[in-house]
This record gives sequence, structure tokens and C-alpha cells, in this order.
Amino acid sequence: MATYLEFIQQNEDQDGVRFSWNVWPSSRLEATRMVVPLACLLTPLKERLDLPPVQYEPVLCSRPTCKAILNPLCQVDFRAKLWACNFCFQRNQFPPAYTGITEVNQPAELMPQFSTIEYMIQEDDLQALKESLQMSLSLLPPDALVGLITFGRMVQVHELSCEGISKSYVFRGTKDLTAKQIQDMLGLSKPAMPMQQARSAQPQEHPFVSSRFLQPVHKIDMNLTDLLGELQRDPWPVTQGKRPLRSTGVALSIAVGLLEGTFPNTGARIMLFTGGPPTQGPGMVVGDELKTPIRSWHDIEKDNARFMKKATKHYEMLANRTAANGHCIDIYACALDQTGLLEMKCCTNVTGGHMVMGDSFNTSLFKQTFQRIFSKDFNGNFRMAFGATLEVKTSRELKIAGTIGPCVSLNVKGPCVSENELGVGGTSQWKICGLDPTTTLGIYFEVVNQHNAPIPQGGRGAIQFVTQYQHSSTQRRIRVTTIARNWADAQSQLKHIEAAFDQEAAAVLMARLGVFRAESEEGPDVLRWLDRQLIRLCQKFGQYNKEDSTSFRLSDSFSLYPQFMFHLRRSPFLQVFNNSPDESSYYRHHFARQDLTQSLIMIQPILYAYSFHGPPEPVLLDSGSILADRILLMDTFFQIVIYLGETIAQWRKAGYQDMPEYENFKHLLQAPLDDAQEILQARFPMPRYINTEHGGSQARFLLSKVNPSQTHNNLYAWGQETGAPILTDDVSLQVFMDHLKKLAVSSAS
Amino acid sequence: MNINQSAPPTLPYGQPQPAYPGYHPASYGGQPGSTVPPASYGPSYNGPVPGYQQTPPPGMSRAPPSSGVPPASTAQTPGGHATYSHFGQGDVQNGPSSTVQMQRHPGPQPFGPAPLAPVVSQPTVLQPYGPPPTSTQVTTQLAGMQISGAAAPAPPQTGLDYGPPTSGSFPNSGLYGSYPQGQAPPLNLAQGHPGTQPSQRSAPPQASSFTSPASGGPRMPSMTGPLLPGQGFGGPPVSQPNHVSSTPPQALPPGTQMTGPPGPPPSVHPSQAGYQLQQNGSFGPVRGPQPNYGSPYPGAPTFGSQPGPPQSLPPKRLDPDAIPSPIQVIEDDRNNRGSEPFVTDVRGQVPPLVTTNFLVKDQGNASPRYIRCTSYNIPCTSDVAKQAQVPLAAVIKPLARLPPEEASPYVVDHGESGPLRCNRCKAYMCPFMQFIEGGRRFQCCFCSCINDVPPQYFQHLDHTGRRVDAYDRPELSLGSYEFLATVDYCKNNKFPSPPAFIFMIDVSYNAIRSGLVRLLCEELKSLLDFLPREGGAEESAIRVGFVTYNKVLHFYNVKSSLAQPQMMVVSDVADMFVPLLDGFLVNVSESRTVITSLLDQIPEMFADTRETETVFAPVIQAGMEALKAAECAGKLFLFHTSLPIAEAPGKLKNRDDRKLINTDKEKTLFQAQTGAYQTLAKECVAQGCCVALFLFPNQYVDVATLSVVPQLTGGSVYKYACFQVENDQERFLSDLCRDVQKVVGFDAVMRVRTSTGIRAVDFFGAFYMSNTTDVELAGLDVDKTVTVEFKHDDRLNEESGALLQCALLYTSCAGQRRLRIHNLALNCCTQLADLYRNCETDTLINYMAKFAYRGVLNSPVKTVRDTLITQCAQILACYRKNCASPSSAGQLILPECMKLLPVYLNCVLKSDVLQPGAEVTTDDRAYVRQLVTSMDVAETNVFFYPRLLPLTKSPIENTTEPPAVRASEERLSNGDIYLLENGLNLFLWVGASVQQGVVQSLFNVSSFSHITSGLSVLPVLDNPLSKKVRGLIDSLRAQRSRYMKLIVVKQEDKLEMLFKHFLVEDKSLSGGASYVDFLCHMHKEIRQLLS
Repeated sequence: MATYLEFIQQNEDQDGVRFSWNVWPSSRLEATRMVVPLACLLTPLKERLDLPPVQYEPVLCSRPTCKAILNPLCQVDFRAKLWACNFCFQRNQFPPAYTGITEVNQPAELMPQFSTIEYMIQEDDLQALKESLQMSLSLLPPDALVGLITFGRMVQVHELSCEGISKSYVFRGTKDLTAKQIQDMLGLSKPAMPMQQARSAQPQEHPFVSSRFLQPVHKIDMNLTDLLGELQRDPWPVTQGKRPLRSTGVALSIAVGLLEGTFPNTGARIMLFTGGPPTQGPGMVVGDELKTPIRSWHDIEKDNARFMKKATKHYEMLANRTAANGHCIDIYACALDQTGLLEMKCCTNVTGGHMVMGDSFNTSLFKQTFQRIFSKDFNGNFRMAFGATLEVKTSRELKIAGTIGPCVSLNVKGPCVSENELGVGGTSQWKICGLDPTTTLGIYFEVVNQHNAPIPQGGRGAIQFVTQYQHSSTQRRIRVTTIARNWADAQSQLKHIEAAFDQEAAAVLMARLGVFRAESEEGPDVLRWLDRQLIRLCQKFGQYNKEDSTSFRLSDSFSLYPQFMFHLRRSPFLQVFNNSPDESSYYRHHFARQDLTQSLIMIQPILYAYSFHGPPEPVLLDSGSILADRILLMDTFFQIVIYLGETIAQWRKAGYQDMPEYENFKHLLQAPLDDAQEILQARFPMPRYINTEHGGSQARFLLSKVNPSQTHNNLYAWGQETGAPILTDDVSLQVFMDHLKKLAVSSAS
Repeated sequence: MNINQSAPPTLPYGQPQPAYPGYHPASYGGQPGSTVPPASYGPSYNGPVPGYQQTPPPGMSRAPPSSGVPPASTAQTPGGHATYSHFGQGDVQNGPSSTVQMQRHPGPQPFGPAPLAPVVSQPTVLQPYGPPPTSTQVTTQLAGMQISGAAAPAPPQTGLDYGPPTSGSFPNSGLYGSYPQGQAPPLNLAQGHPGTQPSQRSAPPQASSFTSPASGGPRMPSMTGPLLPGQGFGGPPVSQPNHVSSTPPQALPPGTQMTGPPGPPPSVHPSQAGYQLQQNGSFGPVRGPQPNYGSPYPGAPTFGSQPGPPQSLPPKRLDPDAIPSPIQVIEDDRNNRGSEPFVTDVRGQVPPLVTTNFLVKDQGNASPRYIRCTSYNIPCTSDVAKQAQVPLAAVIKPLARLPPEEASPYVVDHGESGPLRCNRCKAYMCPFMQFIEGGRRFQCCFCSCINDVPPQYFQHLDHTGRRVDAYDRPELSLGSYEFLATVDYCKNNKFPSPPAFIFMIDVSYNAIRSGLVRLLCEELKSLLDFLPREGGAEESAIRVGFVTYNKVLHFYNVKSSLAQPQMMVVSDVADMFVPLLDGFLVNVSESRTVITSLLDQIPEMFADTRETETVFAPVIQAGMEALKAAECAGKLFLFHTSLPIAEAPGKLKNRDDRKLINTDKEKTLFQAQTGAYQTLAKECVAQGCCVALFLFPNQYVDVATLSVVPQLTGGSVYKYACFQVENDQERFLSDLCRDVQKVVGFDAVMRVRTSTGIRAVDFFGAFYMSNTTDVELAGLDVDKTVTVEFKHDDRLNEESGALLQCALLYTSCAGQRRLRIHNLALNCCTQLADLYRNCETDTLINYMAKFAYRGVLNSPVKTVRDTLITQCAQILACYRKNCASPSSAGQLILPECMKLLPVYLNCVLKSDVLQPGAEVTTDDRAYVRQLVTSMDVAETNVFFYPRLLPLTKSPIENTTEPPAVRASEERLSNGDIYLLENGLNLFLWVGASVQQGVVQSLFNVSSFSHITSGLSVLPVLDNPLSKKVRGLIDSLRAQRSRYMKLIVVKQEDKLEMLFKHFLVEDKSLSGGASYVDFLCHMHKEIRQLLS
């Protein structure tokens, strides 16, 4: 283990885990003084080529309150066929044929396949959506069950099994129905079956009941294609000055109810395609009068968003029901105006569904994003899993404070559950209804070991993550990750702890906390809280002389942290200015589920420079990096911006790239495009791709992100000739750092 | 006077309709010959009129001389013609309204015509003569009647009732000869008219009036009423002779009152009473009449002969032949009035009976096809009206179908300002409005308000005060016409879109199993090509939609762009809504293939259904909501099989309980089970959603409740108990076709305005009323009738009479908003006798039946029956007391016009609703009850007193309808075959000893015993008898608004019980009295009232 950086990297590659601290302060008190909580980012389904599924049942610790799974950290007595649980120290007998193992996967009996429910919205680019859906059918495994619900003024549940006339059940868009009512009306009622039985019931049983609405793709491929082909716009006229009536709330409710009645606790995906805001019935976000605009942040602050609370409540209720059934909801919202993501966000956030926002279904942004949902891994399996539960076990010095991510609490109390909540807490188990290999949770811990109860030398703290999920191949699998870290006494071994600080993970974890708070608190309060944390951290780990800001230094392992915080403060996750509530919800949604790398990009976009002066190089996200003879490539996760410097733009305009003698210029122009393409290929959701140049209107995307080191205020003060001034009053990183130092060294705070 | 004038006008006006033009020639040309008579006539006419009015300016003007002479005198004047006129009057008084006409015609024709020709040019002047002829005659007659009536005790002459009729018939008679028999003769004998009459009787009317042949020549084109007369006359100068001959009858006088009149007229004497009395005498008198009746042609003779005897009848059983016979009355009216057009230029004319075929010529009053009144002479004061107890009611059928010879109402467009109306009472411009101040203003004939004439409507008046353009404007010269409505008359101030038809088909187990669904879908495919169209439109503007349902509803998207129909299921029946708009209601031709595909698939889709439960209210709700969403009016066709027991609004339970019959709770059987349907109906009406319901029950379905919505929305209910495709297919499909093709007015509001003094106070029919004056009809088809009752709220003026104006605002099948106006002028009287002389019993029965049938909703049936009997007794007692000549209390004296009141009333009393037999189900009663509510007079007439036609009595060659016989078992001969129909049922009764040949040629079996009882179709055989009988059955069916399923009944067979139920003159199994018994009972009641 050469350096902590390597260690961290290796851990991430192997376990999908990154801790904010890799050496743990051994007492509660010290831990709190560390400012950044002991926490980790866990990517439960991180793709690993070398992870073979194991065909055995996992071996559990026999202590009823523990039930930790046998893991490499356990001491195994091969002779006695005993192993000691590293969490509770219980000694356990091995089951008859067993040998030690690191991770265990286990095949489950065939469960009914996952199903997909698709919703459609009548929109101008309905055609494009129809094509996407038809295409998606070809991507689904033939035995996947699909159903179709369309909605507008009314909600239609399409019956897929029928020959000849196509049938659909229609519901009023203004009336919320209970699951029972929906099932009655769809003719799905059946004698209640005990859960146990339902689980073990043979697969045939299910298709039988629900066959009219959910059918294997291979059976109704043609049907569904025709059906999609014949879909019309909502057959209700829209009067001038009105929005089309859209009963999203009821449609969703019906989809949830339908799955609830037919496939409880089986992986299923509700895909909501909507081309506008819900305008009637429960869950309506805005009235149908066009003259009343959809709520803005301003309205929300002024408490002028009439429908927001009610709608949010409706969707939360649905989200919770969906989560309880182990299904997930995706929202694909394509419209120029807002579509109510703010209210509906819980549906995706709680169930682990995707949220995609675009201008139109007819854009490649949507089309490719949608296609990517059905991408497959190297085994030919979909990169999606369903109905996962994540259980976290800790050794006794630790307790679990909570998680932040696309999950919902299962409310399982236990000895390792802390009373102090960070994120969704009060439980040691969470449900993640839909997840993919990049889904990442932030999990927060609390060190509870008392200062006066020193940990024996060499003692290690251990955490075990047990993720049970339905693999897209319909197998039930369990993935177990057990990690251990050294304890260190914060007073005597602060250096160790400091060196083991993972500032990237810490920044993301703190950011998640901040964004989590922002959902419920006022923006400025959150910023203040973040600032205070940062100052405290600097005070704790900085090296300085009191009241002398120039003496302030941070060690390498902390050096980047303030910069992350600076950009985080400016990010759309915390700043709502210039963003609609829907956009904010959209950004936050993704921020709460992406892995560390992506999260960092979101916090601090990456900037590459391309020039004749050398190979492409990453440059500071600073206005000073904007030079006339450079091409910049910025990746903010949501956008990819290619920016041609002034000179480059002029050259291109002059057409040099087309002259054989300037082929190098052509290559230069091409290079960032190729790189961008690479990013575009891999990213989900597909980013907005912006190609602009100096003076272009789209250049604002770049200008709003860079550190405004040069503004119209200080342009000449710096005396530099390079760079581009930004017209903003925002503070620059420099100013920010100056203040930070001043505050950190001040004895007042 | 005005009236007289109006007649001519029509002529000029004619433009649009060929009919008019044709008319002139016919009528006028026809009888030019008789110039001379006119003169004499004229006077006599005029005379009467003035007399009538008292101040006869008009009369004066006419110069015609004699005008000066008081009507009375005229009457007396012996002049041949003069006498005639009297006669007419006399007749009228007597009751047989028909006779009156007859007489008139004769008169006028000969006279009027000639002069008229010239008239055209100078309408005003001439009018008195020409046109008037007809009208005048009438008026004169009327006048005369009053006068004479008043005066005339003389008329009493007697039993004429019948007599006159005969005479009336004469004119035509010439034509016929065909009519055989003995019956005729008797009459003749009695009356002394031997010659011609015989033939006339039954046959004449028919032949003359409608058979086009005669008319063919001249009027070929359209043929309005006028022609007829022409024809009749044209051919036969003979006719005149007849008249002449008829005169003589008068002479006959003695016995017959009716005939008497003619003669009597002379008698100047007042005392109407006397007059009437005599008439009555003839009837009541049981005895006397009998003899006559006995003879085939009972009527006239009988009465005439025995004035005295009546009293003798006494205690013992009456001879059924001696009592007034509906058959006789109908026959007489046919003979007397069927041959000439009924010209509506005179106010207060009593039209021919509904059973008579006649043409109507609109010259200022609405045709009796549109409006019929219980009385055409209304008491001036409420006191008199109360005394008489005769209900004052009008039976209005605003969209009545007209025979092809009569032109449908002209459409008048008053431009953007909309129809011209009185500012105060909002009455519409009509012929009775009086223009004053040189035409700058007009005085409302209803409320007397003076209104300015808008500049664009201004027209100068001629010297008689009549607008010179009067004949160019239907609203100034006709009784019925239509206005184009402006946007102000439309809902939401938007012109309506074309209406829509939605077919809503029950696809529950029963419907599928019985084959109904398959049959219906198959039929609809072709039926959709025959949706009602307007005028010459190439295709109907009506859009169609389809819904099937059991416990849930299935809507279909049949948009033309789809390859396949799409089904949308709505299971939220508790809160019904329409799932789609675009694609639900479509144009048939555009979506033809999709619709066909749908109709092909519906039976397949549900072939395996096991769903037995149905909903009902949500279905209507859905249809209504669909129309609301499409913003149009329309009609729902529901095909329903069972009691709606599925959980949904309007859910019903089986509450049939026969034990309730004859208890105070019996009324609950007729009441709706829940108020939900009433509420639903209201919504439907507001949307202009008319509901037609076809029921196919296998058991109790609670018709009383299910029919609430159809009833209140102007729809029809059809019931096919135990429907089986083989047996009921024809009936159902025929009814369906007819109902779908019916012309319907949608989203209608009807308002009846009247002269100050009376007011419409009560309404009966299939409609909804949210206030006390406006009749709201979601839909109004050509068969629906509204009965309106009037009450006095002030005095009426004898001089100005009473006016009715019925205005119907509706949306036509093509989506055009229109106002149809019907005007009718009635006379007013201060003498009860005038009232009794101008009544129409059929209309009276129509009103009383509806009144009673509504009564059972709130009162025990027994009470309702008693009320009817009491009222009837009071009417008759009042007559006896005030109008009849003093006579022995034991004598039953009936007014001529009401002599059938007892027999008809008895039929009402023993109808299924008021006195159910054991086999009659609760549903049947509720069904009939609501059916009767919107029947017109012709329908109630035959419904309560079925037609019984002997089939083998007349020679096979005779193609006309055989004369009916009285509905009594006694009239059946076991060697004969009879047809019986009442508008709903059709029986073929086969006597046990019918000739084998007949059996063979009709049934294609060798003997009586081989005939299958209950047979519903006669084999198609190529022999004259079979053809004739089948032809007759077809023609009977064609006359009725519903298809009558044939049932063959063999004498002495089980089914005969069913058949006998319709022999209404007999005692019924359920306890209904026989005619004779009931008459005695009535007599007793009357005597009680008198003492």
C-alpha cells in the first residue's frame, strides 16, 4: 500500500466504496471534531469483471441480532470448522460443505421477470416518442412483461392480449382511486393471497391474472407496435389559451395500483413519459389556464405555488407505495416548459428510477438516453437491477446515521442504528427499487466508542454491506462487501488520520448533505452551514498562526477541498437562481445517485484545453483559462461545451481547416469533438452537447461555470492580458480563499 | 269575416307548393257550373256569419243581400241551399261533425267555385263569396247552429244524427257504388235517402278522399287537400244531385234528429235545449235505436224512429244493437267527411274524426293533424265551463307527419332580427294579428298589445285592413309555418351542431344468448344509411357513436383514420364520464369501414361472456356526457335486457309485488324506484339528449323506473318480452328502423299561448317541465303528442273567440334551429249547448286516459276510476239538465257528439292499467301507462277500442278495408276469420267452422285443426285471399307507429283468452264491465246527479 491514494483507488475498484476517512478516529468526541463525518460512498452494484457469482447460500452469523455474513475479515478456524464473526465475535460453525470466500452471490429460484410499464403523453413529438418506444421493445428480453398506459385528459390502460379490436380501460383523469378500486375496475380482483404464498407461487399464476395488461414482449410485439402506431393525440380539443389536460397524477396512480395488484415485490419499472405538466386531478401542478405560469422559485418562496404541496403529497404517497412494492418509477419529461419534476421528484428519488429532462422527445438527448437505459453489460444482461435491499452492519464502535441516495428506509431498527440522523436514518436497511451499476449511496456513520474505552491495538472497525437484489436476468442475488479500517487516536495520531482523508469523497459526501438539507431548508442557511463546516475543517487541519492569514497552509490531502466547496456553492445544486424548480430537482436527482467521479464533475466541471502549444491538458476552471488561441472542452456532467477561442473561431471562419496546408488546424478542431463524443457515449443521462465559440450566445454555459477571476470589476487590476472577463458580481475563488483564510485563522470563530 | 277572406289568399300564395296551384283549378274548375246557387248561397252564408257576430260589417259589405237577414232567418229560409246550410248546422249540433262538412262542401262547391275564379284578382271583395264558400259555409253553419240551436227546438227533429251523415256522404257516394250491402239500404230507408246513400256509407270516404286515381289528373303534383274535393265533384256532377237528394232527407225528418236538422232548420225557434234534447233522445233512448242499430246501419234510423221508446228500455238488459255504436259513428263520419278536404279557414270548425281519411287545406288554422281539441267552442266563462265539466284540452302533435298530398309547413326567414313577435306576450306573428294605422303597427291578437311594425316588415294595407302581402307570407295566411331561429334562440348563443345518435348495446349474457346482439349489429350496418335527413340533403348530418355495456361500459373509437376500431372500457360506473371525443361520434360515410368492422366484431368479442349483471343509469349518463362533450343534442338508442342490479348509481332491486294490486300501495308499482333517474333525465333534457329504450326482458325489469328517462326526454320505450330472434326479429327490426328513421326535433321547447281569458295549465306527454309554462323536450319525434289542458282565468269574448298558438323551438335533424308555429282559432260560447255540440269525444278520451294514467301515480287505482266515472257522469248530467229537452228521468240522453263517451270511457276503465287481468304483469302496465301518455288521438282511439275486421265477409275482389264490426264476441261468426288490431297487437281469429277452402288458401293446411295456434306469420301463398289478407295486414301495420306482431288465434283455443281481452264491449275476465252494463251504470249515475 504505497499511498493512501492508491489504497483509496483500489478500494473503490474492488468494493465500490470510498470513505471520507480511511483511518477512523477512535472516539466519538474526536470523530465529531473531525468536522467531516465518517461516511462512505457505496456503489452497490459496481461492475466488476472478476466477480463470479457464487452458487451457495451465504453463511450467516448465528447470533440472531447480528446475522452478518461470513467474509474475508472473519477469523476462520479451518480445523474446527469454525469462524468468528467480526462484528459480534460470535463463533459459528461452518455448514457442511463450505469454504471461505470474499463475496457471495446466490442464485434464486426463478421469479417472475421484471416488467416495464410505459406511459405516454400526447405531444407534438409523439411520433418521436412512439418510435423510441417501439425501438425499446426490440431491446427488451422476449420474456419481459410490458404494459401500456396512455394519458391525457383521461387515462387509458391498454389491454394487450386482445385480438382484433384493441381494448383499453379508461379512467377519469381527475379522480384518484385506491389500488383496490383500480383492480376492481380492471377486473383484476382476486382473493387476497398471503404474501408468502405469492412469493413461492409458480410463475404461471401471475401472468394469468394480469395477462390482459401485462404481456411478454415476444407475444405482443406486433400488437404493441400497432397500438403505438395508432396512438393519436389526446382526442379532446384544447381550447385556445389553455394547456392540454394531463392527468399524470392519476395515470401514475393507476400504474402503481396495477403493479401493486399484480406483481408486488417483483422488479418492475414504470416509465412515465410526459410532455408537459400535470394539469388536472390529483397531482396537478398547474391549472389549465395558460395565462397562469407554472410556479417558479420566486413563487415558492412567496408561498404562491398553489398546487405544490398537494401535488407533492400525492406523488410522495405514490412513491412510497411503489417503493413498498419494490417497483421503480422513471420520469422522462420532455417539454420546453417545466413539467412538474419538482413535485414528482420523489417518485424517482425514492424508488431509484431515472429522471430525464429534455426539450423534446425528438432530440437525440432523449432518444439516446432512453436507449442507454436498455444497455447491456458484458454478459449481455441489462444494466439494471430491481428491488434491492441494502443492509449495513457495523462493528460495535460504529453506528449508522443514515444514507443519502435513491433509496427508502425500511425502518429496521437495530443495535447499530444511531439516534443521530444524517440523511435517511433510523434504520439499518434501505430499499433501492431500481438501481444500476453506477447508483451510489452516501452512507453516514457515527463513531460511538467512548474516549475512555480505547480500542485495542491493531483493532479494526468493520462494516458489511449486504445488497440483495433481483438481477436483470431475474435471478435473486446477494452481494456482500465487507471492509475494515484502522482506528487511530485523534490526539496522538492525527497525522495518520489526516493523511487518510479522502478529500474527494469528503467533498461529495458533504455536498450530498448540503443538497439534502437544501431540499428542506432555505438556500442561504445551507450555504452558511457549508461555510461553517469548511471553516471548522480548516481550523482543525490547517497549519497557521493565529490571526495571520498569510501563514495558512493545508496539507496535500486537504488542498483541493476548499476549491470543491467553492464550486459547490456556485453549483445549481445549491443555487436556484437562473434555474426553474424543475431544473433544480433534476440536477439534485442526479447528484444524489451518481458515483464519486461523476459527482465531482458535477461539483467542479472539468475543463480541457486544446491548442497548438501541446497536447490537450486539463486547465483550471477559471476565466483565465479562456484564451483566444485555445479550444476548451468543458464537461459539467449535464452539458458538454466546446468553446473555440476568439482566434480559433476566426481561423475556422476563414476556412483554414479546409486547406490542405492547415490540416493540423483541422485536427485541432477535431480533437475536442472526438473527446466529447467519448464522453457522450458513456454518460447517462446523455448530456446536452453545446458547440460554441467566442462571443457565441451559448458561451454562457462556459462563462457561468468558470471561476470569475477576471470580471469587469477587476479586469485591469490583475494586469494580465490573457483570459476573459466575466460579467458577474460573484466572488472569485481567490476572494473566497482569502476570506476563508482570514476566518480560519481568526480566533473569534 | 277575416276568416273568409283568408281563404282566397292561400291561392295566390301558393308559390312554393305546386299543390296550391293545382288546387285552384281543381276546386274551382271543378264546379264552375253551379253559379247560380252561389247567389242564393252566398246570402245565406253571409247571413249566418253576421248573425253570429252580431255586427256584421263584413256581411254587409258582401252585399249579398240577404246578409241583412239574420242568420236565424236564413236558416229558416227555405231556399234549397239555404236550407242546406241549416242543415249543416243542424248536423253539427247533433254531433256528427262530419256531416257538417259534407254539407258545406256540397254547398260551396257548386256555388263558390264559379265566382271565385274571378275573385282572385280582387280578393277582398270577392272573398266573401268565393272562398268563403267553404269557410263560410262552415261559419254559417256554425252560426246557424248556434242560432238555430238556440232557437231551435225545431231541429229536434230528431234523431238525425245518423241521417245527416248519410246525406253528407252522398256527394261521394256517387263514386262508389262498390259498397254493397244491405247496411246501406237500411239507412236509406230510414232516412229516406235511398238512392245514393247506400253506396256511400263506408266505402265512399276512403275511395274518394285518398285514392289518388281520381285526383290524379289535375293535381297530380302535390295534391293538397283541395284536390280531393275537386275530384269528388269533378267526376260527378252527380254529387250535386246527391245534395239535392239529401235535402229531401230533411224532409224525412221525423225520426232522425240528425237528418232532422236539415229540415228543422227552418224552425226558428230557439231553445237549444229542445234541439239537443231531441238528439239525445235519439241516442239515449235505448230502445228506439235498437231497431235501427240492429240493421247493419243502425245509426240514424234507429234513433230517428224511436224517440219515444227510449224510455222503455228500462231495467232490463239493453239490446247491444240499440246503444251507440262506435263502428257506426266512424263509418258515418268517413262517409260524410272523408271525401272533401277539410279547409281550415273558419274558426271553431270541428274536424272529421281521426278515423276518417281526409285531406286538410291550411287556410289560417292549424291542421287537426297538429292540433285537436276536446271542444271547438269554449265557454266564455269559467262558471259555464265548470258547470259542464268538459275538460278543455288540446292534443298537440307539433311535428306530425303529413300525407304526401299536404305540404309541410313553409319556412319563413325574418332575417337577423328574428321572428316578429308581440313585445308583451311574445306571441309570434300569425294570421290573427291585426294591422292598424295603415300597417305601421299591429295589435296582438292574444294580449291586445299594440306593437310597431319594424320598417323592413312594413307593408301597406288594402281597404279591408289587410296587408297586401298577406298571401305571400305564410305567417299571415297559414295556420302552421316555421320560422328560422336566430342565434338568440340557441343554447349559449351558438348555432347548434348537427345532432348525434348513439347506439348503446347491452352485451350481457342474456343479450348475447338470445341472439339480439348479433341481429342488432347486422341490422345497424344497413340501417345507418337511413338516418333522418333534411330536405334534399344527400346524406344525413347526424353523427353516430357506439357503446356496449354490461357491468362496465365500452366505448368505441371508430375514427375513419383507424384500421381497426378501438375499444375503451370505463369501469368507473359510479362516476361516469366519456373517455374520448374525437373518434367517438363520426360521420357514417367517412367511417364506414371501421364501423362495419366494429359491428362485425361486437358479437364475436362478447360471444363467450358470462356477465349477467348490467348497469343502466350510467349508460344514459355516458351517452349524455358524450353529447355534452360534443356540444350537440342527440338521441340515445338503448338496447337493454335486464334489471340493472350491478353496483352502480340507479341500481334497482326486484320489487314486483302483485299483492299490492288493488291496495293503496298499488301506485308504487307505477312510481320510479329511485329518484336518480329523474335527476338524470333533467340533465339529459338540459343537454337535448333524447333516450329511446328497447327492452328485451325475460323477467321483471321495472319498466316503471327504466322508462323514466325516455319518458321525460321524449323518447320511446319498446318492450319485447322473452325476445327470440325467430319470433320477434321482424317486430324489433321494424320498430328500430322506424325509430331510427323518424324525423326528430331536438332540444325543443314548446310553449302554448292563448287569448287572454284562458291559460294552459296542465300538460301530458313525454317531456320535462322545469316551470309551469315551457314544455321541454330533449327530443320530439313525429309521433309524440302533448296534451294540454286549459282553464279559464278570465272571461273570453264570444266575438273574438279564443286563439291558441303553439310555438315549438327545436333543432332539426340537420342542426338548424327553427320555430314551428301552429295557430288555432276556437269559438266561444255562452250557451252550454254550443259546447256540447262542438266536442270531440276521441280527443276527450285521449285527455281523460292521460289524466287517469297520470293519476295512478299518486292515487289508488280505484279512486282514479271513480273520478273518471264521476266526471263523465257530470258531463252527461249537465247536458241532460241544461241542454236536453225535458223528458222522463228514465231516459238516457246523450249529446250527439258524446254518445260514444260511455263506451270509450268503459274501455279506458278496463284497460290494463286501471283494471289489470291476472296475466298482465306489472311491467306491462307500466309500459302501457307510459305509452299512452304520448299517444295522439288516433292511437288512443284504436288502442282503447280495437278495430275488428271480418275478412271473409266481403268479396275477395274488394280491395278496400272491410268495414269493422263491434268489438264483441257476439259479433264473431265461427264461420269467419277476423283481424283485430289496437295499434300494439294484431290478432287473426279463425272461427272453428271456417270453410276448408279458406283455411287452405290462408294457412296452407288442410283443416282448421291443422292450423298452428300462435302462428305469427302467414304463409306466402299465391291466391287472392292470402294476398288480400296479407296485404291488409301490411296496410294495418303501415298505419301504426309500431309494428304489430301477428298472432293467429283459433276459436276455442287457449290463446283465445288473450284475444278476448280485446273484445272491449264484453265483460272482461278481470272484472271490467260490458258496454251495456256500463251504460246502465252511467245512466244510474247521471240520474243520481240529476235528482
